[in-house]
Amino acid sequence: MRILLCLFLAFATGRALASGFALNEIAPGIYVHRGVQEDSSPQNLGDIANIGFIIGDKCVAVIDTGGSIVIGRKLRQAVVNATRLPICYVINTHVHPDHIFGNAAFKDDHPVFVGHDKLPAAMAARGGNYLNALKRDLGAATQGSEIIIPTLTVKDVLELDLGGRRLTLKAWRTAHTDNDLTVFDEKTQTLWLSDLLFTEHIPVVDGSLKGWLSVLKEFPGIKAHHIIPGHGQPDPPWPQGLQAESDYLNVLLSEVREAIKHRQTLQQAVDTVGLSQRNRWLLFDSFHRRNVTAAYAELEWED
Amino acid sequence: MKSFILSTRLALALGAMLFTTHAFPADPDPDPAKSEIWIKVKNSLFEERAIETSGNDIITLDTPVRAEDAATVPIAIKAQIPQNPEKYVQTIYLVIDKNPSPIAAVFHLTPDSGRADIDTRVRIEEYSYVRAIAEMNDGQLYMAMRYVKASGGCSAPAGKDQEAALARLGKMKFRLENEVALNRPNLAQLMISHPNNSGLQMDQLTRHYIPPRFVKKIDVSYSGKLILSADVDFSISENPNFRFYFTPRESGDLKAEVIDSSELKFNSYIRVEPGVTASGS
Ligand SMILES: [Zn+2]
Repeated sequence: MRILLCLFLAFATGRALASGFALNEIAPGIYVHRGVQEDSSPQNLGDIANIGFIIGDKCVAVIDTGGSIVIGRKLRQAVVNATRLPICYVINTHVHPDHIFGNAAFKDDHPVFVGHDKLPAAMAARGGNYLNALKRDLGAATQGSEIIIPTLTVKDVLELDLGGRRLTLKAWRTAHTDNDLTVFDEKTQTLWLSDLLFTEHIPVVDGSLKGWLSVLKEFPGIKAHHIIPGHGQPDPPWPQGLQAESDYLNVLLSEVREAIKHRQTLQQAVDTVGLSQRNRWLLFDSFHRRNVTAAYAELEWED
Repeated sequence: MKSFILSTRLALALGAMLFTTHAFPADPDPDPAKSEIWIKVKNSLFEERAIETSGNDIITLDTPVRAEDAATVPIAIKAQIPQNPEKYVQTIYLVIDKNPSPIAAVFHLTPDSGRADIDTRVRIEEYSYVRAIAEMNDGQLYMAMRYVKASGGCSAPAGKDQEAALARLGKMKFRLENEVALNRPNLAQLMISHPNNSGLQMDQLTRHYIPPRFVKKIDVSYSGKLILSADVDFSISENPNFRFYFTPRESGDLKAEVIDSSELKFNSYIRVEPGVTASGS
């Protein structure tokens, strides 16, 4: 009975692979694997972000590759199971390790690695630290994970043709990071926002709080049938699904400004700001203090 | 559409990232006396001199237990005695064992500082001891230390918006935290807009590495008398920020002169009047 139920759920939510790597075809030819809502650990091997791929008539574009080569290999196997077409592009939506450390699993496919114009610089500045942290936090199982620099970069907008399927890549100004890239599939009106949208999982500020809030204002103007956030439940109501994130970022903005105005130190702000938001988000304790730190360092330069 | 050619230097650096092996402490709280880097730093700075580490009657150090944001870790050094001309803290060494350049800062202080308290923010590369060593005017040494754990994998000591940081380079801001009162220590804050980078970053246009560029010296004086002189490096966070004390005896100018590793000089001052809260740049 239990097994039947599990099988039923597996089919109901899409395709479950033998390896336990679940995929969901959320629109024709668009496959999403949901990462778990946890910190990276030796148990999940960095499988914490939403990643996936889009199949055209000629070839496949992979969008983000997971937090280690182990996850990258599972994603690659999922592509092979879904189609015989070659992988022509691996797109990294930004520099964070849970989105790029599976890249090495695709090296033998010789895809073009694609990223934001500022992704190479961010990888250069952070790569060594990320690799150290990967080894330290996830262990030897992730050996073989690599930083792979994109050879095709996007400064503003770039179109990729997968054969009968056009993807529009857009490079954003500094928001979640200084190298955020979104992917739009015209055929199914799917907007792959990656970490510009967090649902359930607390948003993480690693670029510019004010920049992110301003980018968020542009999203409701985009007509889309499917939305893929970098973390949390795909296909949130659109554009209402942006509200929780934007509320949280606005609380950060106003409370950190208030703390600076009242001459609180960074440490005092970290200890007091935004605690009312705790129950609204998963992983609040892992990221909130860091968000306050980043917001404070940005906002103290305002006059 | 634009393609990027992997520069040789970048390839080499990334190669090094891949193939060097780093040892990490298995024990989360290793013996602070056995840190190899510390032993080297200690020998070069203090040779055979004894350092008092027990009890916090001269100096304390506050850090978060976890470096939530590895790029911006707040550090508070607090002196437990006032700066008397007879007995005062002359120098504070800030050491971060596991950073690429472990001596993060050397602060020189005077009786006119009033209190030898320093607040700043540092980058922390990995799990590491952070140490503050106070050298008294009579040569005695006292050390306070904390073990700081680097946070999860996506927190990196690099800056967040590299282009914005460069664009604002050299801007400075002074702030007095309260109304100024004469003849007692007053708290001041100095903010310096500077990317303070360690060099492993690429120029956006040329795709070449930009050389290290960081603030290396800060001199703060009041009415011509030295308050604080600091030798610092890229272990200090982007946009270096210092809170410190000074004791005004009359109205005057609090001045800062900053020199970075490219020998560029930045100046800033603020007029100090009793009973007034001021900020300026
Ligand atoms: Zn991210």
